[in-house]
Parts: sequence; C-alpha cells; structure tokens
Amino acid sequence: MAHAHAHGHAVKRYSGIMDWLTTVDHKKIGILYLIAGGFFFLVGGLEAILIRVQLWKPQNDFVGADTYNELLTMHGTTMIFLAAMPLLFALMNAVVPLQIGARDVAFPFVNSLGFWTFLFGGLLLNVSWIIGDVPDAGWTSYAPLAGTTYSDDHGMDYYVLGLQIAGIGTLIGGINFLVTIINMRAPGMTFMRMPLFTWTAFITSALILFAFPALTVGLAALMFDRLFDANFFDPAAGGNAVLWEHIFWIFGHPEVYILILPAFGVISEVISTFSRKRLFGYSSMVFATILIGFLGFMVWAHHMFTAGLGPVANALFSIATMLIAVPTGIKIFNWLFTMWGGSIKFTAANLFAVGFIPTFVMGGVTGVMLAAAPADFQYHDSYFVVAHFHYVIVGGLILGIFAGLHYWWPKMFGRTLNEGLGKLTFWTFFIGFHLTFFVQHFLGLMGMPRRIWQYLDGMGFNEMNMISTIGAFLMGFGTIFFIINVVVTAVKPKNAANDPWEDGRTLEWTIPSPPPEYNFAQTPLVRGYDAYWKEKMDGHSGMTPAEPIGPIHMPSPSILPFFMGLGFFIAGFGFMYAPDWGHFLGTDLTNGHALGIFGLAIVLICMLLRSVIDDHGFHIEEEEILKDLGGKA
Amino acid sequence: MSAHTHVEGGLPHEPEKATLEGRNKVLGFWLFLGGETVLFGTLFAAFLALRDQVLDGPTPDHLFDLKLVAAATAILLTSSLTSVFAIQAMHQHKVKALINWLIVTVVLGACFLGLEIYEFYHYVHEGHGFTTSAFSSSFYTLVGFHGAHVLFGILWITLLIIQLARKGLTVVTAPKTYVAGMYWHFIDVVWVFIFTVVYLMGKVV
Repeated sequence: MAHAHAHGHAVKRYSGIMDWLTTVDHKKIGILYLIAGGFFFLVGGLEAILIRVQLWKPQNDFVGADTYNELLTMHGTTMIFLAAMPLLFALMNAVVPLQIGARDVAFPFVNSLGFWTFLFGGLLLNVSWIIGDVPDAGWTSYAPLAGTTYSDDHGMDYYVLGLQIAGIGTLIGGINFLVTIINMRAPGMTFMRMPLFTWTAFITSALILFAFPALTVGLAALMFDRLFDANFFDPAAGGNAVLWEHIFWIFGHPEVYILILPAFGVISEVISTFSRKRLFGYSSMVFATILIGFLGFMVWAHHMFTAGLGPVANALFSIATMLIAVPTGIKIFNWLFTMWGGSIKFTAANLFAVGFIPTFVMGGVTGVMLAAAPADFQYHDSYFVVAHFHYVIVGGLILGIFAGLHYWWPKMFGRTLNEGLGKLTFWTFFIGFHLTFFVQHFLGLMGMPRRIWQYLDGMGFNEMNMISTIGAFLMGFGTIFFIINVVVTAVKPKNAANDPWEDGRTLEWTIPSPPPEYNFAQTPLVRGYDAYWKEKMDGHSGMTPAEPIGPIHMPSPSILPFFMGLGFFIAGFGFMYAPDWGHFLGTDLTNGHALGIFGLAIVLICMLLRSVIDDHGFHIEEEEILKDLGGKA
Repeated sequence: MSAHTHVEGGLPHEPEKATLEGRNKVLGFWLFLGGETVLFGTLFAAFLALRDQVLDGPTPDHLFDLKLVAAATAILLTSSLTSVFAIQAMHQHKVKALINWLIVTVVLGACFLGLEIYEFYHYVHEGHGFTTSAFSSSFYTLVGFHGAHVLFGILWITLLIIQLARKGLTVVTAPKTYVAGMYWHFIDVVWVFIFTVVYLMGKVV
C-alpha cells in the first residue's frame, strides 16, 4: 500500500452500531457470524421442536400437512446454510488468523462482504414466513416438485434466491481463508506446523471453492425455470429432473464434509489441550483430512442409488463411499491415542469433544450401512436415513461447535463460560440428542418413511416417536442452558488470562483475551508444531518476536459491504415479484424488473466505489501498542 | 502491510507482486478462477445432458452459422493476445502502451459481444427462443453466462483504463490490471470450449 500517504491519514474509527456495520476486523466479524448463526440456529431449532410435537402421537393435527412440509424444508435449509455454516465461519474467523500468527485475513473487506451477503440471503429466505409463501419442497428441492407445476406460489423463489445470495457470501469467504492461510502465515509457520483446526479450515475452504459454484448453477437453472420459463428440469419440454439431483449432490455431498471437517479440527485441538499431549499422528491427521476432502467429490451419487443409474454406477459410488471410512477411522483412533496416557481434564469443552467420538462413530457406521447400495434400497427414504445424518451433523458438527465455543469463548470475549452450566448444557443436550435420534434408527428399519406428516396408530411407531419428542425437548433445554450461560458470563468481569486453560499449545493463547485490534504487537517466530507449547517446554514465557515493535498498518472500516448485501436483498425481492408488478414506465424491457435492476445497481455502484476509492488504511502507532503491552504485562 | 516501499519513482519489474496486498489479490483471483471453472463445468454438463432435446425448435446443425462464430472466435482470441501485450507493456512500465492495448482489447471484446447479440437476435427469429426447448434453455444459459462475463470484463477494464489514466501505474493499480488480464484470458479459454462443444459438436449430426 502507499505508505507515504498512509501516515497521518485521518480515518474514521467508528463506535457503537456503526462500528459493527462497518467493521473489517476478523474478530468482530466472527462475533457477528456467531450472533447471526446462533439466531438462525434457534429458528431452525424451534422448527424442529414443532416437527417433533406434530409427530409425538399418531394422527396428530397440531399443524397441517402444508405447514409440516414448510417446517421440514425450512428446518433443513436453515440448519445447514444459515446455522451450521455461519457458526463454523464464526470459529474460523475468530481463531484461524490467530493460529497462524497473522494480523488479519487476506481480504478484510471481502470478509465483511461475505458476512453481510450471508445475512441478507438468510433474511430473504426467512421473510417467506412473514409473507406466507414458504419453501416446501424439502431442503434438497428436487425437481419437478420444486418447479412451477407443483410449487406455484413464491415459496421456492425464496429458496433459490435466498440461497443464491447466501452462497455468494460463503464462496468469497472460502477464497478469503485459502489466501489467508497460504500467504499470511507468520515466519516459521510451515504448512506441517499449522494447528489442525487451521488445516481443516483450509481444506473446508477448498471444498467450498469447488462445490459452491455447482450449487450456483443449479439454483440459477431452477430460478430460470421458475421465473423465466426455462426447461432445465421440466420433462414435458425435454428437461431432465435427474439432472437437478446430480447438480445438487455434486455440491451437496462435499457440503457435508465442508461442515464436518472444521468440527474434526476443533475436536483435535480440544482433546490435545485437555489431555496435555501432542496430537497423536499429526501428519496422518493432515493426510486423512486431505483425503476426505478429495473423496468427498467422488461419492455424490450415493444419494441417488434408487434413481436408477444402474448397477455399475451404484457399485462404483458404493465402493468410493466406503473408502471414506478409512481416513475417518484414522482420525477416530488418533483422538483415542491422544487421550491414551494423557492427564485428561473433563472441562465442558472436553466433555463435548469426548462425547463427539462415540456419537460420530455411530453416525459413521450407519453411513457405511447406507453405502451398501442393495441395502440402501431398504433404508432409502426411511427414518434410518434421518437418524444417520442427524448423528453425523448434530452428533458430529454441533457437538464440535459447542466444544469449540466453550474452548475459545475466553479468547473471543475475554470471559470464560461457567463450567457448571457448561457441563449441564452438555449432559442435557447429549442425552436429549441420543433419545431423539437413536430410536429413529429402529423406526426406519420398521418402515416409517421420512418426510411424512402423520402416521397411523397400531404400526408400532407410537412409543419411539414419543421418546424422540421428549429427547427433542431435552436438546431445547440444553440450548437454553447454554444461552443462560452466555448471559451469566456476559455480566462477569472481563478477566480471562492470555492462556485461560493454562495448557494452551497454539499461538492464539500467547496474546491477550480478547486480542487487541492488531492481534500480535510483534509477529511471532514459530519454531515448531504446537508453537506455544514448544516455547513452554523450552522454559520460555512467550514467543520469540520476529520483528521489532513498530507502527502497524490496518485496513479502513467500510459500510459498502452492508449496502451490497442490502442491494442483493432488494434485487432478490424485485426479480421474485416482477411478474406481479407489470410494466414499469410502459416499456417491455423492464417488464416489472425495475426493483430487481435497482437492487443490482446498488451492488454495482458499491463495487465501482470500492474500485475507484483507494483504501489507504491507517496506522496504529508505536505509542498505542506500547501502552497496550504495558497495561497487560 | 509490506515491510518497505519501493524507491520513489522506480516501480519493481512486476509491480503486481510488489506488495502483500498485490500477491494476495493475484492468488485470490487464481482461486476464484478455479471456482469459475466449476461453474462453467456445471453449465457445460447441463448443456451436454440436454443438447439433444430440441423438441419442435430448429436443430443445432440447421441453426449455427460457423462463419459468424469463427469470426467471433478470431476476434476474441485476438483480444486475448492484445491483453498479453498490455501486461507486457505494464512490466516495462509503459503506461501509455498499456492503456492503448487495453483499449484495443475492450474494443475487440465489444465487437465480439455485438456479434453475439446479433447471433442471438437471429436465432430468436429462427424460432429458437429461450423457452423453446431444454436445448435452447441450456444453450442460452451457457453462452449467455459467457456473454455476461465478457460484458462485465468490458466494463471492468474500461474502469481500469480510466484509473490508469488518472492515477498512473502504481503498486495499487498494477495488481488490478493484472487480475483483469487473467480474467480476460479465462473467458477466452471458456469460449474455446464453447466453440468446440456447442458449435462444432452441434454441426456433427
């Protein structure tokens, strides 16, 4: 950057709400992701509770069949795209730059843009509840059900446009983390010294980069079918409904590894820290992560065994799917061997991590069962599948996120969560989870189909459905205990130490909690894997700095990402309702699209401003850094 | 955030990689093009799956005029060459030559786009509309996505020409110009595949 101009360049440093709307600081963006993802997690959780209330007894009529379809669709879509992914981005933003010794991500502006497009996409999707036209074709949105013939209200339009906008945010977030990890590592932080969470964030970002564009095309094609009468998925006009399944799952299967890999990373960090041991088989963990990421692209058709692809395709995809059990098994054994002989502390974070291991193994075992194509014809579309994917996503990913939140909360907020309430959260959520989903394996094997609104009495489904509903409420209570914990913690003094667990191994524990805006007063010199632990073992109190203290260059805050998100939101609305608004100014060209074009114009104008106005940033001067260091020492 | 700045007035040989911001931008853009490859790959896959579903519309071999498409191809490939000349001029710090070659690139891109718009207009009059068949929908989506990329590139490079004229060649404008060049090559490569898969294979009955 043009340093000569930057010195003395007056840059506004906002406070209050404007600070949060304009921030490009990865730590604050991480907190924004946490708040937004947490909100959508509660929305999706409420939808799940309503589903379970409807199913608690045979032929219940708590909600109607239409509403049930809407709840089911929105629960899945919200949890995957608007809760799980943002919560992962919250942890990645909060932790990855700190773990590699960086002052910020590679593209702070793009980071902020990723958050705001995700948020406005998610809001657009959920506005459907207020309007009353809610997506109801399942989170997989199969054609032709999702086409205009069978979904003739605006519900599915909210799905295609909301997810398209949220997907832009995810894609640019993925690119941002890739470049950050490749280019911004501190001196000595070689790839094979990177903490495992950073490694999994790296591979997940690569999967996002290569999987999300397929979803972009699928959603665009479905949108063209719905809004502009294209024929991609309409068999009557030569379209092909199975094409949607292929496109969706070429994105959709990598997506489940996008979700689970960072959870693997969290578990690796937490178990290693609280066993006071180096992670067992670090290099095999890295290799297994890469292998899972690679194989994740080779298995999409196992979601389509019953679609009639033929025995050869089914056999190949069956074998490829089973292969994934190998690297995953390597990880499971590495975690067990890390704990073996360690001095284990069962903190709340570690309880979630340890509880993760057997739960995820169970999800993995049913995964291998489903991978056997002939057997899948029996399991397909039954509650067995529902049990399987909730074991890997809730029992895997959500337990991992809870572990990570309890572990890194002091680093994010400067306050350590209450351990007692944390353990209460764990036991309530964990028992509730197994009550809800363990019985669903057997419901599925007994023949209960998924995605049904009611079931008849006398089928033998009654007791297990009631147990499942009780479990769902327990999970709800577990989540409420967590929120109580957050509130109780928020009013306590901000006194977390740099290394609150006292056994921190990685760079984030060498700096204050929460870290200053510039993270590292001096970029650290990394001398080995588990950089901080190595210094501790060598008798040092902290890292060796790689540079003298000097002024630190920071990027300027910007409101443009917020307006770009808003522009996409307006454009989405505009295009959706264009047919209802008729002609604008009497011209055929606009044909009701004036609002949509206006929204896109906002986005393009923001891009223009970003390109034309050079961001000189500003410097945090040496005196300020020395003052911070003095205050904390 | 780079540790030191260049000597005043003397740009390094590769000004696009002189700062960490510049290096980040170039690497990030390579990765973005990786994502774009998947995007176009999916569009090609959809087109290949649906290209035989012409229904009552005109068939590809009846529709396509290879002479027109070959002219468009030649224009676009030439524009890729002129964008290479632009980047070469940038590496020699010849701002004026850089701007001129970029202007030639944009003009050629606009010619290509003009031919494509004429081609689409012609097809619609032949009864090959967006909603005619699965073939027509996937054709217009694939070729249209590419055309939209060309349009965006024209607007983008035009904006860069204005910036280069006003701000000169600096370590801020150089990475922008360089990634725009990468983008232009990418849409050129995509066109080579479109020419082969859509037009040439469309002529094989």
